[in-house]
Formats: sequence, structure tokens, C-alpha cells
Amino acid sequence: MRLHSGAWWLWALGLATAASRTTNPLLLGLVLAVAGVVVVTCRANTPWAGTYGVFLKFGLLIIGLRVLVHAFLGGVTGPTVLFTLPQVPLPDWAQGIRVGGPVSAEGLVFALYQGLLLATILSCVGAANALANPRRLLRSLPAALYEVSVAVVVALTVAPRLVASARSVRKARQLRGDAARGARAIRTMLVPVLEDALDRSLVLAASMDSRGYGRTAGISRKDRVLTGTLVLAGLFGLCIGTYGLLAGAYTGWPLLVLGGVLAIAGLRVGARRVPRTRYRPDRWTPTAIGVALSGVAGAVMLVFSADPALSPSTVPLQAPGLPLVPALGVLVALAPLAFAREA
Amino acid sequence: MIRFEDVTITYAERPVLAEVSVEIPEGELCLVVGRTGSGKSTFLRAVNGLVPHFSGGTLAGRVLVDGRDTATHPPRELADVVGFVGQDPMAGFVADNVEDELAYSMESLGLTNDVMRKRVEETLDLLGLATLRDRPLATLSGGQQQRVAIGAALTAHPKVLVLDEPTSALDPGAAEDVLAAVQRLVHDLGMTVVIAEHRLERVAQYADRALLLPQGRIGDVGEILKAAPVAPPVVRLAQLAGWEPIPVSVRDARRRAAPLRARLPEPRPEPATKTGPVLEADDVVVRYGDVQAVRGVRLDIKEGERIALMGRNGSGKSSLLWAVQGSGKRTSGTVTVNDIDPKTLKPAERRQTVALVPQQPSDLLYLETVEQECVQADTETGRPAGTCRDLLDSLARVPPEAHPRDLSEGQRLALVLAVMLTGTPQVLLLDEPTRGLDYPAKAALAAVLKNLPTTTVLATHDVEFVAEYATRVIVMAEGEIVADGPAREVVTSSPIFAPQVSKILGPWLTVADVEAAL
Repeated sequence: MRLHSGAWWLWALGLATAASRTTNPLLLGLVLAVAGVVVVTCRANTPWAGTYGVFLKFGLLIIGLRVLVHAFLGGVTGPTVLFTLPQVPLPDWAQGIRVGGPVSAEGLVFALYQGLLLATILSCVGAANALANPRRLLRSLPAALYEVSVAVVVALTVAPRLVASARSVRKARQLRGDAARGARAIRTMLVPVLEDALDRSLVLAASMDSRGYGRTAGISRKDRVLTGTLVLAGLFGLCIGTYGLLAGAYTGWPLLVLGGVLAIAGLRVGARRVPRTRYRPDRWTPTAIGVALSGVAGAVMLVFSADPALSPSTVPLQAPGLPLVPALGVLVALAPLAFAREA
Repeated sequence: MIRFEDVTITYAERPVLAEVSVEIPEGELCLVVGRTGSGKSTFLRAVNGLVPHFSGGTLAGRVLVDGRDTATHPPRELADVVGFVGQDPMAGFVADNVEDELAYSMESLGLTNDVMRKRVEETLDLLGLATLRDRPLATLSGGQQQRVAIGAALTAHPKVLVLDEPTSALDPGAAEDVLAAVQRLVHDLGMTVVIAEHRLERVAQYADRALLLPQGRIGDVGEILKAAPVAPPVVRLAQLAGWEPIPVSVRDARRRAAPLRARLPEPRPEPATKTGPVLEADDVVVRYGDVQAVRGVRLDIKEGERIALMGRNGSGKSSLLWAVQGSGKRTSGTVTVNDIDPKTLKPAERRQTVALVPQQPSDLLYLETVEQECVQADTETGRPAGTCRDLLDSLARVPPEAHPRDLSEGQRLALVLAVMLTGTPQVLLLDEPTRGLDYPAKAALAAVLKNLPTTTVLATHDVEFVAEYATRVIVMAEGEIVADGPAREVVTSSPIFAPQVSKILGPWLTVADVEAAL
């Protein structure tokens, strides 16, 4: 039985939210470990399951970049100077910006924590991607967003095909013995690749049209405008509300709720007019709900935890301690191991 | 079921179909025949309204399908009556696994989940796809993809199924599978099927009637093919022997063939030419990840040979060609041409030793006119100006100011051949060159290749073309060579690779040979 793909995405978003509330390397490491273990045990044998490694590598790259940028441009300074880079003299108007100069242990550790935070969030997205097909998730979108989800699905297939077509053209170029480089090579590559992409999209559009895509059951213009306005206003409210919440202002809540209500109303109105059905839709089984809840648990615990160990001090440098309650919260996300293993 | 009333279709002032009036009754399998560019695709696309709703152009007259006028019903509103399967099934797929793809049209039609579930299961069984239900579409073979595409059109329970070249890209075995599935639809479900196909030898026997374009004449398959510029060898043989009525299946022809067989002498054995080797390959292995595409192949090609490389889709033909040419991957093994490994050469020198025309010949072209392509070919290879142009003129009539995209398949192939031959390679490799070519174009290609001084190796599924072209046939399976020998010997000993004439007359391969012997 296939789990609702939304379950894994909620689970992963929960872990990511938990990670975003802390810079404690021990806790972040724990999130990484939990996500990794669950991916390795619970993923099915699918083409997209192998993408987890790519996300991890990308995470390492981000950590490296964050540290490098900090070393060059500075930011947090401390008394323990490790080494000094030659400083680029800047004119007066660029005061406050520095390139090069002393690199302190405190600054590096701070950058490391920040990089680790980003990498952990990324690995959570990677985990969701490996556990549940993102395209299936799009299929579970509300019916009113159907056109959008199809557009996204099609776009997702176009990218790999562009790559494949570019590869075959490049190979063909070699057959012709054409060793063009630079701008000319790009031009000679671009024409056939784009031609191919255009041809393919026309074929796809014709195929979708012949198979009933966009059959309308006579939706009136008034209804379309109403749906559109409701959904847009709702999404706008959601965005502002989320921003308010993250910024710590309590005005965020009412906007978030209002936006949610508007968006749901819009989707409801829209869905009534779409004459489509869905084949074997994913269902929210108890297992799926369990998976989602186990991920969200950690997020809730960290959001409401005031443990000072969540953001260990870097000036002065201190060994970070492991906050017990948040750590337990993150460990709850291991629960899927018990009941959601793929056969 | 389908009625064309005085239909004229024009694109940019140029009529593609002129005053076609046809009626195709329910439950009939109708074969649409005609040369490339005679409007076959346009006719098929007019059946479900893609012409003119999707493609533009103007349609005069009326097209009625199950009583619905396509002028007022765009393709999406005809989706429950007409199932349409285009030439390239992979490009038309919307979902990413088999089951979701099958369900797509039903979702658009808004059927309930119970109905969808039942029809998906039925279709999986009907087309023999049950074991593939969870597979990602990209991992399927060509024949499987084609069957999924047909299945996806079927789940909407249309009354009409339109197939544009359903077997052109398939090997003979996969084509049989697809056509058997189509025949079952006609017999068991009473579906009306309209097929256009270049490889008439594969489908003619299944058809009830044939429609000849651009004339718009419809009638008995044999009668229509007799008059058509394109016809399978069995029809041409029947015309030569004067059989009436014209048989379209090998079986019917064989029952009439006894007197002709008695009149024919034993075919003369091909004169064995003693020539030196030009290309030698030993123990060639090509591996992609865990998949071994070519497993230790030994190949020695002698000067002046015309070799056909045959085998299923995925048997390693393309990989072998690319590895031998040197531009593709070669995991281990040796290839030598004149004591040089082509892989060690620069691409520009390599193509002057071993040239390869890939499956998509248009990938090699990127300039705006034929003339520019020719000039570019001359400069690339350092030949005197005009070399490529002269070569092209000797191969085909191609207008120099045309855009390569606007050429017909045959003309484009001629242009690519001229471009590659400008470098005077010692060996010319071609990967599936006959795709999209009709019989006259294929005969022209065979004649061109026979007259070339260059040694040629050609990978193909087209058994009739092999009979006309090859002196030697190599059959590959699972990355290994399983048969290698003179064309006549290899081809006549295998039921799958035997051309129609050989199935009827034993050791003879082509109608031209028979004619010469009589």
C-alpha cells in the first residue's frame, strides 16, 4: 500500500522546521541522522529514491561556501584570531564592508553552524523527495489548481529531456568533426536542441488535447474571476502571515488564518466546477497520519521550547550542550521506522 | 462511423488534401496509404479535429465522427469517441508510470473511480501490460511504449482508434505484438481503426480496406495497392506474376506461387569478392553502469562490403556502431582502421576515416540553408569548395536555398549523407536510416548505397530494405553476434528476418531479382 505522498512531505517539513529553530550542531546532527536513517530504511526502489545523495552533496557545498564567504567578508568577530588574510583597502563610502582581514575561530564556528543549518534543511527536502515522488504530491493538489499542477509536471519532464537532447546533439556534433567552442558552439547546439524541445512540446500538447485535457463543463467567466480572486488573496494572506510569524510579530496569526480561509474558499469554489476525477487518489490512512504527526512533533517541541542550548554561544566559544526535550522531540521522527517500511 | 464530405484542407494557400469524400463504416480496419507528404498524417489528424483546431490551416467541407462535426467539436470534446496515438508515443506521455498514463484520459472525462479501476485492469490484460503496471514509462522498450500509448487511448472506450505509424520504430517482433493487439480490438471489440504506416508489408494483411491519398480513393486493399506508388513486395510480385485478385498476405501468395516457383531457376550464388579488410574490431565491450550493451564483439569488415546489422530494439546495435566509430563509449577491446584506432584521432580526422549517421540525422544539421550546410561541410573537411554540393546533386535533387528542416525525410537523409561523404571516409556507418522513408525513397537509398565506393554498415529493422541492400547480414542479440554471413543465407534461414519474397519463393530475396531471372 502506497503512503500518501503528502505524509512524507509533512514529516520532512516538520523536521526542517525543527532544524530552522536551532543552530546547535548536536541537534542539527541529530536531525540529519534521523532523516538519513529513515530514508535508507523506508524508501522504495524508485528512480527518484537515488536523489538523496545529490542533496547531501549539495549541502556540503553550501557549508563550504558559507564558511568561505565568512572568512573573506567577515561578520562575526572574536578575540581568537586564527590567521589574517590580506585586506583589500576600500574607499570611504564602502565603510562597514571589509574584504579579507583577520579570521577568528568564533566567526568560523558561527559560519559553520549557519551552513550546517541550511544543509540540514536541504537534506530534509532531499529526504522527502527520496521517500515520495514529488509529482505524485502534485497530483494530490486541489482540483482547482489542476492546470497549474499539470504545467509543473510537464515542466519537470522537459528538463531531463532537454538535457538528453543536448547530449545527443553534442555527440552528433562530434560525428561531424566540428570542434567549435565558445559562442559559436552554443549557437550550433542551441538551434537543434530548441527545435527538438519545441517539437516535443507540440506533440505533447496535441496528445493532451486529444485525450481530453481542458474539457470545460462550461465554466462561466464570473466563476473563474471569483475563484482566481479568492485564491490569490488567500495566498497573499498566507505569505504575509507566515512572514509575520517568522519575524516574531503576533500580527502574523490573524493574517495567516484569514489567508488560509480565503484560499480554501477559492479552491472549494474552483473545485466544484472542474469535471475531472482522480484515479486511485492517495488516501490519508492512519499510517500516513502517523508519519506526518511524527515529523511535526519535533517542530512543535522546538518552536515552543525556550531552551538556551538551542542557540549555543559562539562569542565566547562554548562547547554546545544537548537540550534534552527538543532532542527527544526530534527522535520522535524515527517512528516511521516502526510502521512505514516499504516492503 | 467516420465521414469526410468534400474535405479540402489548406495550409498557407497550399492544399494538402483536396476534395476527399470517404466513408469508413463501423468495425473496419482501414489502412491509409500514400507517399511521404501525401497528406496521410493530415487525414488522420482531421479525424479527431486536431486539424484544424490544433494545427491551424483551413478545412472546407465536413468531417463527421459518430455523428459529431469536428468543426464544432475540438479534439478534447471528441476524446470519448476518438482515441489518437501519434508517431512518437514517448513524446505524448503525460504521466510517469504505466497505470497513471492509462488512467489519464478517463480522469479528463471525469469517470468515477470504480469505472476507472475496472477499465485499467481490463486494458492491462487486453494489451499484455499487467506485469509492467508500476514501471516508469521511460524504462519501457519501444514496443511496450507503443502498447501503453494504445492502451491509454483505449481506456476512454472510444469508438474509433487512429494510429499514426504505430510500428515504424519497432523491430519485427515488437511490431507483431502491437499489430496482434490492434487486431484483437477490431475482432473482439468491433472498434473502427484507421492506420497509416510506411511498412505496408507489416500491416496490409490485417486491413479490410485501403484509402489511397492524395486521390482519396478507397477500396479493396489489393486493388488499391496495385495502383499505389507504394506497395509491399508481395503485391509487386503478384503484379509481376499476374495473379488476380492481388493477394496481400504472404499466405495467400504462397498458395498461388507453385507454378512460378517451378519456372524459376536456382539463384546464382553471389560472386565472392576477395578484398582486404578495412576495419577490424576485437572483443569490443560497451558497459553503461550495470548494463552490458555490447559483450565482446569481433568484427572484421572487408572493403566494399554492404553490411546490415539487425536485432531487437536494445540488442546493442547502436552502441556497437558508436563504439566502432570512436565517438561513443568503448569500455574495452580494440578497433583498427588502417592500423589506427579511430578513438585516438581528433573528431575532424575521425569522420574522414569512419563516418556515422546517427538515428536522428537532423541532429547533424544546424545552419539555415542547404547551401550553407554544404559549404560548411567543405570547410570542415578541407575539401575544395563545391565537393559536397556535387555529391548531393549525385544523390538527390535538393533545392540549395531550402531550410534543412523543410526537406522531406529522403532529401534530408541525402543531405546528411553528402555532408558525411565529403570527408571520403573508408567506412560509413548508418543507424536506422530508413525510418520515415516510403518504398520509392528506400529504393533510391539502396541504389545510392550500392553505388558508393565506400564500405557501409547499416543498423536496421527493415527486412525488405536489407534484402535489397546488403551483401552480408549480422544479427545481434543481448549484445552478442548470433549470426553472421552472406545476406541470402542469414535472412532466409530466419522466419523473423526473412523478406516477403523469400517467404513465398524460398531462396529469392527481391522482386527485382525474380524479374531479372524470368
